[in-house]
Amino acid sequence: MRLRKPVRGRFRTTAVVAGVSSLALLTGCGAADMTKQASPFANAQGAKSVTLSVQSWVGAQANVAVAQYLLEHELGYRVDTVQIDEVPAWDALSQGRVDALMEDWGHPEEEQRYVKDKKTIVPGGDLGVTGHIGWYVPTYFAKQHPDVTDWKNLDKYADAMRTAESGGKGQLMDGSPSYVTNDKALVKNLDLDYQVVFAGSEAAQITQIKQFAKEKKPFLTYWYSPQWLFKKVPMTEVKLPAYKEGCDADPEKVACAYPHTPLQKYLNADFAKTGGEAAALLKKFKWTTEDQNEVSLMIAEQKLSPEEAAKKWVDSHESTWKAWLS
Amino acid sequence: MATVTAAAPRAALPGILKQPVVRKLLLLALVAAILVPLANARWASGTWPAALTVDFSDQLTKASVWIIDNRDSHPLFVYFFGHISNAVVICVRAVYLVLLAAGWAGVTAAAALTAWRVAGWRLAAGTGAAFLACGFLGMWIPTMQTLALMVVAVLASVVVGALLGLAAGLSDRMDRILRPVLDTMQVLPAYAYLLPVVLVFGMGVPAAVLATVVYAAPPMARLTALGLRGADKEVLEAVESLGATARQRLLTARIPLASKELLLGLNQTIMMALSMAVIASVIGAGGLGDRVYQALGSVDVGAALAAGIPIVLLAVVLDRVTGAAGEGLGAEPQPNGRTRWLFTLVAAVAVAVAGRLMGRLDWPDAWTLNIAEPVNRAVDWMTDHLYSGVPVVGGTADWAAHFTTWVLDPVRDTLQWLPWWSVLLIVAALAWLIGTWRTALTAVLAMAAIGVLGVWTPSLDTLSQVLAAVAVTLVLGFATGIAAARSDRVERLLRPVLDVFQTMPQFVYLIPVVALFGVGRAPAVAAAVVYALPAVVRITTQGLRQVDPAALESARSLGATPAQQLRQVQLPLARPALLLAVNQGVVLVLAVVIIGGLVGGGALGYEVVAGLAQGDLATGLVAGAAIVCLGLMLDRVTQPTERRAKKGA
Repeated sequence: MRLRKPVRGRFRTTAVVAGVSSLALLTGCGAADMTKQASPFANAQGAKSVTLSVQSWVGAQANVAVAQYLLEHELGYRVDTVQIDEVPAWDALSQGRVDALMEDWGHPEEEQRYVKDKKTIVPGGDLGVTGHIGWYVPTYFAKQHPDVTDWKNLDKYADAMRTAESGGKGQLMDGSPSYVTNDKALVKNLDLDYQVVFAGSEAAQITQIKQFAKEKKPFLTYWYSPQWLFKKVPMTEVKLPAYKEGCDADPEKVACAYPHTPLQKYLNADFAKTGGEAAALLKKFKWTTEDQNEVSLMIAEQKLSPEEAAKKWVDSHESTWKAWLS
Repeated sequence: MATVTAAAPRAALPGILKQPVVRKLLLLALVAAILVPLANARWASGTWPAALTVDFSDQLTKASVWIIDNRDSHPLFVYFFGHISNAVVICVRAVYLVLLAAGWAGVTAAAALTAWRVAGWRLAAGTGAAFLACGFLGMWIPTMQTLALMVVAVLASVVVGALLGLAAGLSDRMDRILRPVLDTMQVLPAYAYLLPVVLVFGMGVPAAVLATVVYAAPPMARLTALGLRGADKEVLEAVESLGATARQRLLTARIPLASKELLLGLNQTIMMALSMAVIASVIGAGGLGDRVYQALGSVDVGAALAAGIPIVLLAVVLDRVTGAAGEGLGAEPQPNGRTRWLFTLVAAVAVAVAGRLMGRLDWPDAWTLNIAEPVNRAVDWMTDHLYSGVPVVGGTADWAAHFTTWVLDPVRDTLQWLPWWSVLLIVAALAWLIGTWRTALTAVLAMAAIGVLGVWTPSLDTLSQVLAAVAVTLVLGFATGIAAARSDRVERLLRPVLDVFQTMPQFVYLIPVVALFGVGRAPAVAAAVVYALPAVVRITTQGLRQVDPAALESARSLGATPAQQLRQVQLPLARPALLLAVNQGVVLVLAVVIIGGLVGGGALGYEVVAGLAQGDLATGLVAGAAIVCLGLMLDRVTQPTERRAKKGA
């Protein structure tokens, strides 16, 4: 704070003006399309870099960890990862803030908008894993009460599934609001004596499931496979009315099970064209449910860092990933 | 409600009616007696009447689709927002590249030497150690990313804040316009306005920087205005009599005189910006915040802590250094200060170059320490042994269930059962008793706006969580504060704990509370209590300690027991501080109860989270606006008049 002399003050103003104008020069006075701006942390120090989006579930972390490991150690890229939920990730992908989305569970609306209309995103092929969402009860409970696995009998067990949050009904626990879910409509349309309680995040949901399992308490939860938690807490799916093509078209009137979805990869259109070896690798990236679970389990249960987990998998599955590099 | 004052009886009132409290209540009762039957006859319903709500979801959805479709072509985006976004990216990148080029040794040396010049060798050692610790935790690159983002965000906040503050400090009219706006921004939970920023700028660093600026600029503006307005009149007159122009007066007298406030503003801005670092990771800020966020995704408290600690360290270091700079202002400038600064610069550059020559730019991988594992083991042990089945007291899960059924449910049900007009009346009464009719009016309007937005029921749910959490916080906070005020040892022990808890990113608390209390509203409340407690304890302790020693001494000489001293002297005299503690507690609790949407808190918090996750502007923005109104109402209801009066002076 040495502004006692006016001269210095004037100097400062000049400096500020100079700074602002040079900034204006730098950014250019013409149009600035912010949908084409990369992350400021990308390509630092001349390194080739790729930005991957990670979703909050561990399976997605596993995909990204292995892709990251191969890009860094086999191809010499620098990889940044950013955690974004699925729907915003589509938006970020179209703007080039991230280069790839490794695991998508089906978003027809976004696909229409970005892939077909705006052409800013291109499909990156199958991930090789098939995803399935459903309602699950713990296997220890299903063994004692085999009839719980049919939705028609769920009401019988509503009392057992009651918690402080479910207000007198049975609790159907849902996870993160970012996940694909029809559960509220399902409960209503199937006229079940259940209340959907949103855990708010997958982390919270997993923590709660583990606590229930430790005490061998019954619970009913929205869950999906492939998921590493099945290895820790075996769960059995509850049969909902069978899925038929188009039965989930109207979100208000859904009264059927969730489909089996082959998970997809998506790339930013520019990256797919100019991304060189990295884009090629990400397009070829394809593995199995078992592979993904193996890495996920190392991350989530053995608490290895994603990098260590990826290294272990890469070391023992050379034949699988060699094919992606060719 | 505006008719309230117009109808105020001015005639002399007998006895008890002269008390302002009674008069205000009577008047309110009178107004209620007229308005309530009318309202009830027209819209008879327990919750907010449907006829009085406006549904914005269609317009909002349309707006959001329009923005997404036009973001790459419309002139508004291409020629305005685009440039802002571009400038942010370039600045952050420039800072980041400089930090990377300096290498870990250069950055650490520069930071430590600056701290040495500003605040002495002790803080310099601390600063150096803090930076090295970031490296040891394996977080060097994320720390640099966060630092780059913070530098740009803080600079922008300071410029914006100082300009606004200058306007408010020099013009009375601007002051009148800006003050309520700044007051309001101060109480807003940051989570509420992430969504609109993301929609315009998209996920990523520009959005994160701008959200941080919006959050961190208000304290700078307020303190700048305060400093300019508080300048010594006599000095100003003296300068004026010397024939200085207005510009000279500002530069040579008013700004230097306000330098203490300006530095305090800088300090506050830095702290606010850092506390945004993690929240902004939800919209793609990257860096340390993103590591915390990712670790929480795999329920890895240890890894979250490893990324959280550098944030705490940065915050503590920056707080202390800027604080010391503020204290050092009044002192005589040291001789040959400029040479020393030069020396500092040269030394820092020398270390950076040395690091470069040795090829040690990146933090060596071998030098990292894994703290995640032991932390996770401790957390596992805790949840294994405390969750349930603890003899006598019961497990934490049982507590949570009891708290939910015996406290949260009744409070929520009562609030939702109350007729809507009675809620407004209660708000009006509380706000008026503690403040002026203006604050009461603002509070009532804010509450009514919630109804109009059509989120009355979830808002009352959130409100019930806030009330429960505030009650717990105050009981614990006052008890701890009293203990700390009575014993120096307790205070010394508490201080570092409070420092850490206050700067720890809120997100880090979420997973341990779920492990202990399950999913639901109880963990949200628990996290809020942990977050708000330090501020309440600190303000309480300070308030009690500032009580006039003479008053205390005379009470003691009259033979008062310690309990009597506390009840009859200290607590009444510390009343303003205690009220401030309540106000702060409410604001902080609200901020975390909202984030509680991530752990099953439901209500408004869940809707904001869902809005962000699904890119659903209609849900997210309405819930965000309701949170803003709720925050405004809670602040006005708990903000005593004295504080406002003093600020207005």
